[in-house]
Amino acid sequence: LAAYRTDEGQPWVLPVVKKVEQMIANDHSLNHEYLPILGLPEFRANASRIALGDDSPAIKENRIGSVQSLGGTGALRIGAEFLRRWYNGNNNTATPVYISAPSWENHNSVFVDAGFKDIRTYHYWDAAKRGLDLQGLLDDMEKAPEFSIFILHACAHNPTGTDPTPDQWKQIAAVMKRRFLFPFFDSAYQGFASGSLDKDAWAVRYFVSEGFELFCAQSFSKNFGLYNERVGNLTVVGKDTDNVQRVLSQMEKIVRTTWSNPPSQGARIVATTLSSPQLFAEWKDNVKTMADRVLLMRSELRSRLESLGTPGTWNHITEQIGMFSFTGLNPKQVEYMIKEKHIYLMASGRINMCGLTTKNLDYVAKSIHEAVTK
Amino acid sequence: SSWWSHVEMGPPDPILGVTEAFKRDTNSKKMNLGVGAYRDDNGKPYVLNCVRKAEAMIASKKMDKEYLPIGGLADFTRASAELALGENSEAFKSGRYVTVQGISGTGSLRIGANFLQRFFKASRDVYLPKPSWGNHTPIFRDAGLQLQAYRYYDPKTCSLDFSGAMDDISKIPEKSIILLHACAHNPTGVDPRQEQWKELAAVVKKRNLLVYFDMAYQGFASGDINRDAWAVRYFIEQGINIVLAQSYAKNMGLYGERAGAFTVICSDAEEAKRVESQLKILIRPMYSNPPLNGARIASIILNTPDLRKEWLVEVKGMADRIISMRTQLVSNLKKEGSSHNWQHITDQIGMFCFTGLKPEQVERLIKEFSIYMTKDGRISVAGVTSGNVGYLAHAIHQVTK
Repeated sequence: LAAYRTDEGQPWVLPVVKKVEQMIANDHSLNHEYLPILGLPEFRANASRIALGDDSPAIKENRIGSVQSLGGTGALRIGAEFLRRWYNGNNNTATPVYISAPSWENHNSVFVDAGFKDIRTYHYWDAAKRGLDLQGLLDDMEKAPEFSIFILHACAHNPTGTDPTPDQWKQIAAVMKRRFLFPFFDSAYQGFASGSLDKDAWAVRYFVSEGFELFCAQSFSKNFGLYNERVGNLTVVGKDTDNVQRVLSQMEKIVRTTWSNPPSQGARIVATTLSSPQLFAEWKDNVKTMADRVLLMRSELRSRLESLGTPGTWNHITEQIGMFSFTGLNPKQVEYMIKEKHIYLMASGRINMCGLTTKNLDYVAKSIHEAVTK
Repeated sequence: SSWWSHVEMGPPDPILGVTEAFKRDTNSKKMNLGVGAYRDDNGKPYVLNCVRKAEAMIASKKMDKEYLPIGGLADFTRASAELALGENSEAFKSGRYVTVQGISGTGSLRIGANFLQRFFKASRDVYLPKPSWGNHTPIFRDAGLQLQAYRYYDPKTCSLDFSGAMDDISKIPEKSIILLHACAHNPTGVDPRQEQWKELAAVVKKRNLLVYFDMAYQGFASGDINRDAWAVRYFIEQGINIVLAQSYAKNMGLYGERAGAFTVICSDAEEAKRVESQLKILIRPMYSNPPLNGARIASIILNTPDLRKEWLVEVKGMADRIISMRTQLVSNLKKEGSSHNWQHITDQIGMFCFTGLKPEQVERLIKEFSIYMTKDGRISVAGVTSGNVGYLAHAIHQVTK
């Protein structure tokens, strides 16, 4: 499982999290009572506000809902279970679900276990040009049966690190609107990708402004570093209050038989942070620290490879974003990296940028050079 | 138009409805007896001292927040198994079990239900006692299983319909799944005596049923963790390889931290490893890995001798207060001059009590006395205090005389 590492290669508990945990520990008025089934109200409202933006028309028009969930995975699962029961008819397990090729490997299992029978992939990664296969993606959307569900990575696509540009998102949205395709966003890296919460939420907010009804599964594992507290949120954007209320009432029933009510500790940390202007500013700063370090490692790795004259082009390393990068190394080269240089990457050539430090950059760059030139 | 125009409004939760109505009531004497959480003698939530100490230890250690393994915190799952099975248990010592951390009782029940749906091909039927916890039915249904029932509660005597239970269970098709409440049956508070448990074990073994124990109140029922786990341990000793869901919501007051565990007793340690691998495959697409906080608190308490001792005292304290409220309620009813037999109130055990009150009587208690409970006459004894037990007795007498 991937987690952020400091330049010393260590896990990092965000300073603002430490501060808020101390506040919580010192507050003896707090207890361990059950949260409501849908979660801590202050958490839910703030979490959705982070995704949709303070000035979101959907929030103003009171047509959003939130379900506190166990991490991004839990949010995906609740959304998937709801869609299987209530989307495109009642209990329509035949509705096609499209997942990007490649994607986070757990996406498939989430939708299979939720009961969907027809899981397909859509073109995404173009290995030859090391970028987004936009035409393939759009073609798949044109050919997809109406009402198909599409799992979209809001930013920092896992595992390729390759996101559509705003113009490309506009094209995607246009096709999805015309063909009545359902957008289910997976937002696990908001803030962590570019360092800016707003920038990383652009795609989700654009779809909202285009009038889509959508789901957005949010994770606070990476951007709050709260991995093991399982803090997530499923944001529901609907046409109006009434529809959203009915959706939430049914999601409540799904939650009740899955985990009854969500864990309180992590949600409290996030809610406290997001509802205090000062703590919120500190958090954004902490997030930027993490994002900046990853961005620095990307630019440093790229410049070293270019200095070494390593064959090929390496701009994809800085053009990609987030925790992961598809280096473009082939399986033989990957094997070399692992066996000869003890640098561990996936067979796909995916590298975790958080594993890079100022101390190992030279070694990694040289090793890639060797792998490619041997 | 919306994708969701046809989505029906889900029915309101019956128990939540009780609390909502209670909140709106302005009567200063009002009582909320629907609440399924422990309250102290001032009617306030109670954070155990051993929990506060464990939390202080955690705060001082400055640990990281790295993901737990899918199966949860190892120190916690091991201690959980030992708590349920007993340290001298052959099944425990031989390692022929697997315990995974679950999201409190519900999450643990659901993991087990999903596991049985996928791997227990002999039957789709789960037999629940009549009545059972309201959430059991939708949990098993959502996991893809079917629900059946066996007689359990006798409303005429407000106690166990043992002959009815034995009769029904002896006719359950072989290799079906039967769910049993390990102690402090919810909602009735009616538990079998040890002699009756022995007979239940025999018939269940004869019918070759898969036994699913739900233990949400270990320690909280009698005040003694070993006594409350007696049935679970006896069944295992009789060679019945049970599955078990545990919760630390009530006995450690960790409600919102969602600490629980799911255990499968296996033939041997090798089988346990295979079962574990499949449980992980089920958990990963549900929520990836479990939350740390509650499990770590529970683990520290169970694994630190001083804290464990303190916990046992505190859990006994909670159980004793409940038992004392039962006793006081009965004596107050007698003082009021009630001629009814209220013995079941002290015979029953745990957080809940099936009073035997009829819906019309419950209605009057709510309307005339601002005493809130569910329509089935179930009260949470945890909501009774020495300050309000007299008022409760008075009100019950008024509607039953």
